[in-house]
Amino acid sequence: MRRLHLLSAMLLLGCTTLLAQAGGELRFCLRAEPKTFNPLLVEDDASETIRYLTGGVLVRINRITLKPQPELASEWKVSEGGKHIRFKLREGLKYSDGTPFSAADVAYTMSQLMDPALHSSTGDAFRSGEGKVETRVISPSVVEISFPAPVANLVDLFDTVAIMSAKSPQKEMAALGPFYVAERKAGSYILLKRNPYYWKKDSTGKQLPYLDSVRLEIEQNPEIEAMRYKRGEVQLINTVSPAIFEKLSSDSASVRDAGASTDTEQLWFNQVPSAPIPAYKLAWFTSTNFRRAISEAINRADLARIVYHGHAAPAIGIVSPSNKFWFNSNLKPHPYDTASALHRLQQDGFRLQGDTLRDKSGNAVEFSVVTNAGNRSRESMATMIQEDLKKIGIKVNVVALDFNSLLERMTQSFNYEACLLGLQNVDLDPNAQMAVWLSSADNHQWNPRQKSPATAWEAEIDKLMKAQASSGDEHKRKQYWDRVQQIAWDQEPFIYLINKDALVAISPEVKNSEPSVFRPQTFWNVETLALAKAR
Amino acid sequence: MKAVRFIAIAVLLITAFVVLFANYLAPAGYEQQFRDLPQAGPSLHHPLGTDDLGRDCWARLLFGMRVSLTLAPLAAFFTTVLAGLVGGIAGYCGGWIERCCKLLIDFFLSVPWLFLLITVRAVLPLNISPQASVTVTFILLGLLGWAASARIICSGAKDLMKSEFVWMARAAGFSGFKLIRLHLLPNLKGALFAQFWISIPVFIIAEANLGALGLGVAEPLPSLGSLLRELQDAITLRLEPWRLLPLAVLIVVISSFQVLLNKQEVRV
Repeated sequence: MRRLHLLSAMLLLGCTTLLAQAGGELRFCLRAEPKTFNPLLVEDDASETIRYLTGGVLVRINRITLKPQPELASEWKVSEGGKHIRFKLREGLKYSDGTPFSAADVAYTMSQLMDPALHSSTGDAFRSGEGKVETRVISPSVVEISFPAPVANLVDLFDTVAIMSAKSPQKEMAALGPFYVAERKAGSYILLKRNPYYWKKDSTGKQLPYLDSVRLEIEQNPEIEAMRYKRGEVQLINTVSPAIFEKLSSDSASVRDAGASTDTEQLWFNQVPSAPIPAYKLAWFTSTNFRRAISEAINRADLARIVYHGHAAPAIGIVSPSNKFWFNSNLKPHPYDTASALHRLQQDGFRLQGDTLRDKSGNAVEFSVVTNAGNRSRESMATMIQEDLKKIGIKVNVVALDFNSLLERMTQSFNYEACLLGLQNVDLDPNAQMAVWLSSADNHQWNPRQKSPATAWEAEIDKLMKAQASSGDEHKRKQYWDRVQQIAWDQEPFIYLINKDALVAISPEVKNSEPSVFRPQTFWNVETLALAKAR
Repeated sequence: MKAVRFIAIAVLLITAFVVLFANYLAPAGYEQQFRDLPQAGPSLHHPLGTDDLGRDCWARLLFGMRVSLTLAPLAAFFTTVLAGLVGGIAGYCGGWIERCCKLLIDFFLSVPWLFLLITVRAVLPLNISPQASVTVTFILLGLLGWAASARIICSGAKDLMKSEFVWMARAAGFSGFKLIRLHLLPNLKGALFAQFWISIPVFIIAEANLGALGLGVAEPLPSLGSLLRELQDAITLRLEPWRLLPLAVLIVVISSFQVLLNKQEVRV
């Protein structure tokens, strides 16, 4: 009898595996229409999803181990600290339309990518210095790429370069990835079908991907997306808000907290000297003591517990602790300490008069915090900060603006006092932060596009960022980046608030899922995902 | 029908009482955060529970009603005065003045008011208080919402100008302000009242819509609009039905206005 049970169990397991690998259609939502299908011009999330599902890359970063894995290139060799890289390509591969793949396609893709007229942000990451990037086809399966100066973290950068065909009549629509774009209805859905020529096979020799197709439904509203998930109309949600997460988990829907993500939420003060704000306020905002005091008066633990329902942790600095290698582990969270905050303010001549904090000229301390309308988590955080700062006599006005008005104020008119926004850190390498931490950068939000660094600490950060970008020694780069993190912790131009957890929803129907905290959290291993019952 | 009207009046009186004495009826300040009790269910201390940030929902409803039900009639008053002026002048004067007024009315009817409100909110100073911000929002609603009412008043005034009693008054030497005061205004009073009553619920709903876009009332001040916005979490409502009370209040108050309005229309 026992044997019979065992046999039945084994049969059942076999059937499940068979059913799980029988094809079917995976469905999930995109929050917006993709802006481009050209993999070299990707900048938005939706286009990035299409690129990930259809693009063939030379190297893929494993989203769990964070190590580069061979894909179209079976091996590679980096020389001169990142000045040259030689790839050995797999042979006999074909694009989704049957066009053969060769080293010439890599050369074509690199020439397109580095063409200054294309303005590709993917290509910008490879620009290490003045001069041309040269790609040499050594044989149909060997290609060498040379850069004018060493490029830090060179191998990982190829994770985002989808190799386009030089010869295919379908141009960028010919895919080397597991799927190709088969059908598209604007504003409604995008249907991806299995690439019949996809090269990967599973351990039993079965051709991947297991799925027949992926249907990407365009759905802007996360509430409706959650309802559709509950009804079984979609099987994945890549990023679930904490409120929806709680509700889905109370309804026993399958949701998972994959752990702390690398995304940050931060508050900063406008320090632009020409900003149309009163001079006395600019003096507050440029004072390190003032910024540190505000930081210490904010109860980050409450933000994480109440706004994010415990699915977040108080932020420490630029790098999330989940980015284990690059995080400076000597840094500790800023304490929540109103007494210390008041002490710091007193050092700058502020004094508490009744319930109102006044500066040394007698001006009541009041400022506005702008954030983007419609983002409930940010609006809630701003409201809690308003209440926290009231305890040290500061009046905060919370203003939710539509995103375009907010951008205009942040980047053009600089007509704002403080801003609360977040950053999605897709790339873990410090090079990705060059656009934020260089004083000349556009995204150096508190005082962007500086001709020369406004402060000594910004000058030091500039030096350190340039040094880490041009070094091929990972340990030296880590030392430089640790120092940048320390300066940012001391000066707090960005008051980091929390690091959100990566919350995902994966239907029990989906087999072989292994959610990661890094994008794309739920479908990074899409070729091995399968459905328990074919649709 | 009388009973329904009686109930409607009672509802509005109770609402007015609650709005006036919100300070005494609320168990806590509308902005006070009980951080140990976020999203709590109803209890003795918090009759309607607490919201996401631990703020008392009953207090927020009372103060939200105060904001919306005070400012909506104010905006309706603006609308009615403007509609009476433009529509009345057009109907009384006729000719090219009427054509100009109608052009102005058509212009205001074609203004995409939602985008205009978003733009105006974006250019307002950032450091204005939530009270000032919501007042500006309602005044804008009032200033933009008069055009449809003006058409009705214009048409009414034109009809009156052709009526026998106005001809007789003119023949008797009445003109200008005297004619308007003694004959036009008393006869347009019903239509003006009707427009006033219609506008109140329209503006409450408009503010609720703006609130849903995050553009109505600034935190921490509540309004019926901002409270309705919290109902977007449709997934949980069946488990926490008391959270629907702001919606129920809005429906009951607007229905009561409508019942009284029907009576006004009968008089017209």
